[in-house]
Amino acid sequence: MTDQSILTTHDLTVGYRNGSQQVALLNNLNLHLDKGKLVALLGQNGAGKSTLLRALTCDAPALGGYIEAEGKEISSMSQKDRSRLIGLVSTERIQAGALTVTELVGLGRQPHTGFLGRMDDEDREIVRQAMADAGIIGKADSYVASLSDGERQKAMVAKALAQQTPIIILDEPTAFLDVASRIETMRLLQTLAHERGKAVLLSSHDISQSLLLADELWLITTDRQVLTGTTRDLVDSGAMDRIFNNRDIHFNSKILDYSF
Amino acid sequence: MTYRRYTVTLVVLTLMLVLLALACLAFGSVDIPAGRIVDILSGKGSGNKAWDIIILQSRIPMIATAALAGAALSISGLLLQTTFNNPLAGPSILGVSSGAGLGVAIVILALGGSLGGLLGENLGSYMAILVGALLGAGVVLAVLIAFSAIVRSNTMLLIIGILVSYLTSSVVQLLNSVATEEGVHNYVAWGFGNFSGVSVSQMPVYAGIIILALIASALMVKPLNAMLLGTRYARNLGVNVTRSRNILLLITGVLTAVVTAFCGPIGFIGLAVPHIARLSLGTSNHSRLIPATILAGADIALLCALVSVVNPHGIIPINAITPIIGVPIILYIILNRRRIQYFN
Repeated sequence: MTDQSILTTHDLTVGYRNGSQQVALLNNLNLHLDKGKLVALLGQNGAGKSTLLRALTCDAPALGGYIEAEGKEISSMSQKDRSRLIGLVSTERIQAGALTVTELVGLGRQPHTGFLGRMDDEDREIVRQAMADAGIIGKADSYVASLSDGERQKAMVAKALAQQTPIIILDEPTAFLDVASRIETMRLLQTLAHERGKAVLLSSHDISQSLLLADELWLITTDRQVLTGTTRDLVDSGAMDRIFNNRDIHFNSKILDYSF
Repeated sequence: MTYRRYTVTLVVLTLMLVLLALACLAFGSVDIPAGRIVDILSGKGSGNKAWDIIILQSRIPMIATAALAGAALSISGLLLQTTFNNPLAGPSILGVSSGAGLGVAIVILALGGSLGGLLGENLGSYMAILVGALLGAGVVLAVLIAFSAIVRSNTMLLIIGILVSYLTSSVVQLLNSVATEEGVHNYVAWGFGNFSGVSVSQMPVYAGIIILALIASALMVKPLNAMLLGTRYARNLGVNVTRSRNILLLITGVLTAVVTAFCGPIGFIGLAVPHIARLSLGTSNHSRLIPATILAGADIALLCALVSVVNPHGIIPINAITPIIGVPIILYIILNRRRIQYFN
């Protein structure tokens, strides 16, 4: 725990409910998310990445322990307060094809606007700035339906920026993107963390990309531990090998040395 | 650019509303000269008592009934399409109308009156019928919520709605089997759909409830727009999804129940009109969609009302006209779903 921590989990246990049974996937997690850092959550499919993120965004209840942010337990915060704390980018299918990018990003202002959601000039400027920061301003008046997958992801990131939350959580943000868009999205997220001081947490199964750009990793190992640390430390300690079931897969730390 | 399109669309829809209302005033089973109609409207009277009554107590209430019914059903359809994230949802296809119809049938039978007959002038009895319709619509909406949590597929939810319709109509048939012959006749007539069922004295209740519910829907613009992104995003934007959905379905239930109780179960308007509004505005932003849907719904219902009365051989049932307008629109939507923005 450092004074840069904005989100901390205390003995958090996450999993799912199957009828009346509770199935814990990850037990007693004590994690902290820092301002200004890009953190990648890595693990195999089914390891519990999405479940952990759902717990952090309060989309699923914690089976044990609690999550604290800004000195408060987030599950007891009002939905409105939470919407000003964490901005979400998920892979959920959206029905917003007939909105313009500006309208979509404008939805990010909802936590800050009144009952009818009317935006004033300041809100509109924040939306414009969010689109500029996310590199999607050129498509401001385009329909969301006309965007490529990469552009759509940028628009969703802009939505999260317009939300003006100190934390941005992204569930598989690069899952459907081609290589160029993946790199672009990751660079964008890195910039937001380093230059805007946001705490950015993303899940991914694209390991090489995350190793290159993430400041920290949260690794879910095959024995359901979550190992955390800087990317360099985890690679050097051989921890990377523990996220694979296959003993024949080993991680070569030289991969970190290539640049682009 | 989009604002201009919005303004133009609203102006056109409003002009159509005025023209259709005037046409409904001028045409009917009895020919009344236009000059006399103006005299009646200006309060001078036409000198013909029958004409005065036809205009003031039949055509004007029918115009108001149709316009409000069209607006109500169309907003119901829009709210259902957004809350269930399903472009083919609508109050009749999901069985909400038939649920309300079943409620009406049960209340009429319980009151000892004839099944499905025209609503009486007695305030108590038609309020009871309204409550019956509301409960019937509410039960169907509750069933839909329950199933939507279990079956995630949109198509399956539509099929469940259709099954619910079959089930309610079979219950109504069973009720009919113990009802009087007159009751059955009345019920069948009610099932045809009819905008002439609201009398001048019932109008305040009918119009009041619908207008309040329409205003309530306009106040839900913010959660409706957030719901376009799905429940997880909506929650992350601070929307209490469960509460918003319940409010939206309550509004839908009230609108559908009131229209169904007074006008019969009217199909296709609720399903088709939101698409007309989306296609003409080119947006799914509810702050613009709601006014356009209200106006377009009123227009379509008035068009149906007009067609139903211009036949010299008698009145054509509303439900014989709505599919002719609605089905081509639905087919167009289905066939072009890859091309239409709001599907992507």
